[in-house]
Amino acid sequence: MIEAQPTTNITPDTLVPETQKMKANGYRLVQMCASRLPEGLEVNYTFDKDCAFANLRILIAAESPSLPSVSGVYWAALLYENEMHDLYGIQFPGLVLDFKGNFYKVAKKHAFNEAASCTAPAKS
Amino acid sequence: MSLFPMTGTILKSLFRKPATRAYPFVKRPHIAKTRGSIEIKIDACIYCGMCARKCPTTAITVDRATRTWSIDRLRCITCNGCVDVCPVNKKAPGSCLAMRESYTTPTGTRETEHHQGPEKAPAAAPKA
Amino acid sequence: MANRTIIPFGPQHPVLPEPIHLDLVVEDERVIEAIPSIGFIHRGLEKLVEKKDFIDFTYVAERICGICSFIHGQTYCQGIEEIMQLQVPDRAKALRTIWGEMSRLHSHLLWLGLMADAFGFESLFMHCWRLRETLLDEIEATTGGRVIFGSCKVGGTRRDVTDAKLAEIVRILDGMEQEIRDITGVFMSDSTVKHRMRGVGIITKEEAQALGAVGPTLRASGVAQDMRTLGYAFFNKINFKTITRTEGDCQARCEVRIDELFASIDIIRQVVAQMPGGAVDVEVKGNPNGEFFSRVEQPRGEVVYYIKANGTKNLQRFRARTPTFANLAPLVKMLQGCDLADVPVMALTIDPCISCTER
Ligand code: SF4
Ligand code: SF4
Repeated sequence: MIEAQPTTNITPDTLVPETQKMKANGYRLVQMCASRLPEGLEVNYTFDKDCAFANLRILIAAESPSLPSVSGVYWAALLYENEMHDLYGIQFPGLVLDFKGNFYKVAKKHAFNEAASCTAPAKS
Repeated sequence: MSLFPMTGTILKSLFRKPATRAYPFVKRPHIAKTRGSIEIKIDACIYCGMCARKCPTTAITVDRATRTWSIDRLRCITCNGCVDVCPVNKKAPGSCLAMRESYTTPTGTRETEHHQGPEKAPAAAPKA
Repeated sequence: MANRTIIPFGPQHPVLPEPIHLDLVVEDERVIEAIPSIGFIHRGLEKLVEKKDFIDFTYVAERICGICSFIHGQTYCQGIEEIMQLQVPDRAKALRTIWGEMSRLHSHLLWLGLMADAFGFESLFMHCWRLRETLLDEIEATTGGRVIFGSCKVGGTRRDVTDAKLAEIVRILDGMEQEIRDITGVFMSDSTVKHRMRGVGIITKEEAQALGAVGPTLRASGVAQDMRTLGYAFFNKINFKTITRTEGDCQARCEVRIDELFASIDIIRQVVAQMPGGAVDVEVKGNPNGEFFSRVEQPRGEVVYYIKANGTKNLQRFRARTPTFANLAPLVKMLQGCDLADVPVMALTIDPCISCTER
C-alpha cells in the first residue's frame, strides 16, 4: 500500500462549502475529473496537504449535467472545469473564466460523456 | 566567483575532440539491446498468429492459409511485444521473431512487407 | 492610460516549441493579463482504455509524453499493481527507481539547455545537451530505447540489467558529476544569466499552494513537497532530501532543478549499492477491480493517474493529470504584470510539456 486514500461522498449543494473548508485547512487542489459510469457522472475533487490525500466525490445525472463552480475558491479549478465542460458537457455556472467550449479543440463535442464508454469490452 | 564562469568549459572544449560525429562518414555504432526493427526467420514460423493478436498497433498480419507473415513497418512501435509472445521463441529465444539493433531505412511511402513461408512456395525468398 | 494591445504568443513560437497559445494583454511593455489556450493536439488517449486491455495500455501510457515516458509507464503500472495487490519484486522496484532518476537527469539537462537557449546562451545550451547525450546512450544500452524505454510492465519490469552494467552506469555518472557541476555553475553564478532570472516571475509560498503548483515550481517557492517521500518503488529505502528554495523566482526554479540533478545521481548510487537480487517480475492473474489515484514525482512535478477498474480487462476510467496542467495556473499568475521580454523565460521555468498535458 503506497498511501491511504480517503474519499468523502458529498452532494452538489455542499460542494462549495466543503471546498472552502479544504482551502481554509491549507489543502492544495490536486486535480478534478469526471468519469462516466453506468449510473451517471462521477466527479472527483482531489486535494493534498503535505502529501496527505483527500478526495471529495459527487455523483450527478449524465443528462444535461451541471455543477456549481469552485473556481471562486480555487482559481486553478477553472482549467479543470473547462476541461470537463469540453469533454463531458458539464455546465459550471459561475466559472471565473469560461472558454465556452473552446478550451480543447476537439472534433466531437462531449465525446467522453457517451454511454458506450462504460460498457467495458467493445464488441466490434 | 569568477567573472565569466564558462571560461573553464570553453578552454576544455577547445582542446577536446568534437562531441559530434562527421555523420555520413562516421556512423553511430549500434548499441546492443537497441530496439531497432523486427526481424522474422520465416522458416521457423508456425503461423499461430499470436504476434498479430498481441501487437498493440496491429502492424502484423498472419495468414495461415497462404503461409504469409506481413508487417507494416510504419505502424510498428518496436515495443518487443510480438517477440515476447511468439511460442517458437519460448523454446529457443530469437529463433523466429527477433529485435534487430538496426533501424529500418527511412521511407516516404507506407508499404506492407510480406514474408512468404516455405512449403507452398519452396523458394523461401522474402519478397520485401 | 496607455493603449492596450493583445499580442498572441504561440502556438508556434521560436523559444517555446510547445503548442500553447497565450493571449497577452499588454500596456506598453507590461503584460496585464495572460489568457492561455491549449487543446491544439488533444489526442483523447484517456478514451483509448476502452479499446486496449489493461496490460497493453502500458504502451499507451508510456507514449503520453516524450520525455518522462518511463515515469508515465511506472505511474500506470504502480496504480494497477496497487489495485490488484501485486507484490512487485524488489529488484524490479530498484530498476524502476534507477530508470526514473535517469529520466529526471536527462529531463532536467534538457530543460537547462532550453533555458540557456531561451536567453540566447547558445553554447551553454549545446553543453547541456552534450551531457544529456551520454546519459541517453546509457538509457539506450539498458532499455533499448532513447525516448520510449518500454521497460515497465504491470507486475515488474520487462528487462533486467546486469550488476556489471549498473556499476558502469555509476562510474559514468561519477565522471559526469564534475562536468555537470561546471556547466550548472554558469547558471548559478553568471551575472548575465542571473540578470534574466533573479527576481523575475515571483510566486509566493501562499500563491503556489493556492494555485496548485507542483514539482520544482512549488518547491522553489519554499514548499517542501515531493511525491517521492511517499516511498513508492525503492524510495522508502533511500536517503534523500527534498530540495527547496524560498525566493520563488525563475532563478530559484532553476536552482531547484540543478540541485535535483545531483540528488538524482546520489539516489542512483544508493540504489545500486543496495541492489537486491532475484526476479524482476511477477505473474499477473485476473483483472483489476477497484480504483486508485496513483501519484508519482516526475521531473516536472507530481503526476496523478486516476484508474478505475470494474473487473473486466478494459478499465472503466483512466485519467492522467500531468504536472504541466497543474502548473498552468501559476504560469498565468506569474505573467500578470511582467515585462513582455520576460514572457518566454517565465513560460519556460515551469518546464511546460503541453503535449502530455493534452494527452
Ligand atoms: S514490436 Fe510491437 S508494434 Fe512492432 S510488430 Fe511487434 S508487437 Fe507490433
Ligand atoms: S507468434 Fe511467432 S510463430 Fe506465431 S505467427 Fe507470429 S512469428 Fe509465427
